[in-house]
Amino acid sequence: MNKPLRRREVVRELLKKRGDMLVVAGLGAPAWDITSAGDHDNNFPLWGAMGAAAMIGLGLALAQPRRRVLVITGDGEMLMGIGALATIAVQKPKNLSIVVLDNEHYGETGMQRTHTGYGVDLAGMARAAGFARSMNVTAAKDVAKIRAAIDAGRGPVFAQVKVDPEKLPLVLPPREAAYIKNRMRISILGPDALHQ
Amino acid sequence: MTTAVKAARPKAGPATRPAVAGAALDGPPTWADEVHAMLVEAGVRQVALVPDAGHARLIRLCEADKRMRVVRLTTEEEGVGLLAGAWLGGEKGVLLMQSSGVGNCINMLSLPIACQMPLLMLITMRGDHGEFNAAQIPMGNSTQAVLEAIGVIVKRADVPSEVPEMVSSGLRLAFNTFRPIAVLIGQRVSGAKDFRKLTKPTDEDHE
Repeated sequence: MNKPLRRREVVRELLKKRGDMLVVAGLGAPAWDITSAGDHDNNFPLWGAMGAAAMIGLGLALAQPRRRVLVITGDGEMLMGIGALATIAVQKPKNLSIVVLDNEHYGETGMQRTHTGYGVDLAGMARAAGFARSMNVTAAKDVAKIRAAIDAGRGPVFAQVKVDPEKLPLVLPPREAAYIKNRMRISILGPDALHQ
Repeated sequence: MTTAVKAARPKAGPATRPAVAGAALDGPPTWADEVHAMLVEAGVRQVALVPDAGHARLIRLCEADKRMRVVRLTTEEEGVGLLAGAWLGGEKGVLLMQSSGVGNCINMLSLPIACQMPLLMLITMRGDHGEFNAAQIPMGNSTQAVLEAIGVIVKRADVPSEVPEMVSSGLRLAFNTFRPIAVLIGQRVSGAKDFRKLTKPTDEDHE
């Protein structure tokens, strides 16, 4: 049995020397996790829209095919939008990766167990849907393999990473969604983004 | 309806790429050909949809158009997320659905509302004029009310000639004022589904 992975260490490693990678984070802990690794113009942390993270990643990946797009979300959020795995597999975006930090619980609502705590295999579902690469990750040494797969550009890539259901201090991104949107659009499209 | 599809050249891609035209489809042009031309003109690149018979011709036009990427959804709210991502990355999109899909989208609409993002939804009505299926009535009869309740501006067309005008209005409102807009296309436009026809299915019934 491996020592359980710690979510913020996983995220820090995935985002190290990220270059022009675009990152979407599901609401709650994943949003705090990416912010803890360093707030960034190319971060799009969600404050709501549960179930949308993977689809936002798809729209962004199709619009920006030359950039790597990474969605970091939780098991509960992924389950709520699970059909997105089929939709993404049909579109086959090579530049899209989805990493689920799976603590098997709804962390924001009182640590109730999710389906993954009863054995639902999200990576298996992504594989069956037709993702080019799908990984079940439980060991620290395999986190680097996720990053390598993200960088390889032969996606869509999916990784289900089992993490410790630890309670961590909140590290909040900017509160205002329109600001978060505008800073990412300006970062991607230049100052003209606000004149389109 | 006689408007020809504009043969606008694709922005990116080889100039030799054939521009698609409504003429490629069987049958005379309808409001769908005009709406397709408007979407092209507006620079719409991502077309997200859950099919409806009322959208069948527009869907075929978009599928045949290399300038557009058709994204089939498993449920309508996926399209709200998709088009938020598209906008972040600098692409415009449109979401096509039947009125029964509106209920699936309501919480997800918090995303374009909070982010002040454009979102154009073209919604063909069921549970409306001449409906035969009781299951369609509750959502059909409340479509406009629930959209307006969450803060979506709603335009409605009840005859074919009104559809392009309302889509044009929707495009402007969505992309110039950065908010979700719904255009409802009434059941009078595509005709109420004929119950007797369902016992003898045609291709159209499966779309």
